[in-house]
Amino acid sequence: MIETDILIIGAGPTGLFTVFEAGLLKLKCHLIDALPQAGGQCSEIYPKKPIYDIPAFPEILAGDLVDNLMEQIKPFEPGFTLGERAETIEKLEDETFIVTTNKGTKHHAPIVAIAGGLGSFEPRKPPIPTITQFEDNGVEYMIREPEIYRNKKVIIAGGGDSALDWAIFLTNVASDVTLIHRRNEFRGALDSVEKVQELKNKGKIRLITPAEVTEIIGNTNVTGVQVNEKDKEPYTLETDHFIPLFGLSPKLGPIANWGLDIEKNAIKVNNALDYQTNIPGIYAIGDVNTYPGKLKLILCGFHEATLMCQSAYKRIFPDKKYVMKYTTVGGVEGFDGSKKEAPKAVVKAIK
Amino acid sequence: MSDINIKITDREGVTHEIVAPTDMAMNMMEIVRSYELAPEGTIGVCGGMAMCASCQCYVLSDHELPEMGVDEDMMLAEAFYVEDNSRLGCQIPITPELEGLEIKLAPES
Repeated sequence: MIETDILIIGAGPTGLFTVFEAGLLKLKCHLIDALPQAGGQCSEIYPKKPIYDIPAFPEILAGDLVDNLMEQIKPFEPGFTLGERAETIEKLEDETFIVTTNKGTKHHAPIVAIAGGLGSFEPRKPPIPTITQFEDNGVEYMIREPEIYRNKKVIIAGGGDSALDWAIFLTNVASDVTLIHRRNEFRGALDSVEKVQELKNKGKIRLITPAEVTEIIGNTNVTGVQVNEKDKEPYTLETDHFIPLFGLSPKLGPIANWGLDIEKNAIKVNNALDYQTNIPGIYAIGDVNTYPGKLKLILCGFHEATLMCQSAYKRIFPDKKYVMKYTTVGGVEGFDGSKKEAPKAVVKAIK
Repeated sequence: MSDINIKITDREGVTHEIVAPTDMAMNMMEIVRSYELAPEGTIGVCGGMAMCASCQCYVLSDHELPEMGVDEDMMLAEAFYVEDNSRLGCQIPITPELEGLEIKLAPES
């Protein structure tokens, strides 16, 4: 069981900044995210795109914003459960919560802060009839254990970086690698595209473009797929695995069943006070919440996180007196023993 | 006033006749969101960067639209339910030339 003060669901910018504000109040944080890396949309969708409305940053790349936040919160030693999706929540008699992920990891905290953005990122499934019945029987939407493809025939569909990168990687594992894309052009990184070209020339990757997989063949396990290639009659290709890699899209997912008030795919919160949901002790901050006048901006998420932490502190320590202190005055004392503070004025007499 | 009239068929098949401003730097995806013709979180997911295809629509009238950029083209190459008349709503700015435009939203995917 992972124990923490504030359990944050979602490791995007809002979730990450929460660690900092909580740290100033000596509260420890642990973050859960379905993606394998921190940063949320900023890392997953647009790491190389600039953002212009972060206060005091005339321009910053989304990926750099995440790097900076990770640096800023490092002294507060946040814990991470990455690549797992928060699945269920249970309120105990002492008003604390246990959140369990899809992989069974349990987290215990007096405060839950949902900073889930638009939801957890799920693989986009191509609209092929019967595809769901082959899931884990030869159809995989992401590659978790490359070894299962050892000496197998593999067909990958997609035209982005993950399709290219995995096609390249699997040439050293699988007996047979085919890459199918609807276009002749790929939009992945240039060196990946060139590498695939090279492997194609060497006969290590079979490239079928422009083409589309329209059907999956097999009884319980995949034995082949039907391919629609331009200007050809549809034909069947034998394969052991079909891996469609068409990116990820966010879905609110299991959080929608936690008994929270939901409106327009977002969680209703009390914005006059502390961004608490209808369940005391559960807060929702950043893009995942809604209230009159809500704007889905990173800078608004930062503000919401700050107020939410103050409320969380009062909930955990109802009798403690506290006043907010400027970091310039109080410095930043990390849980790792580090201390940042403003340099003291130097006084020296002039003779 | 510099508004234009557009017909948008939502994912349930209901056609809405709406008025869209040409002077607000809005695009078709934002028009759909402003009229709430698709639930929040199911359209404009990436905010309008041509990186998610959640605003894919089919152009039904024969208006001449601005040419497709590389980002839009490559995103549609990976989207689902793509037809010859598919476009990304976020890449269609609302201009006076689009008076009378008719579009249909592509299914959610």
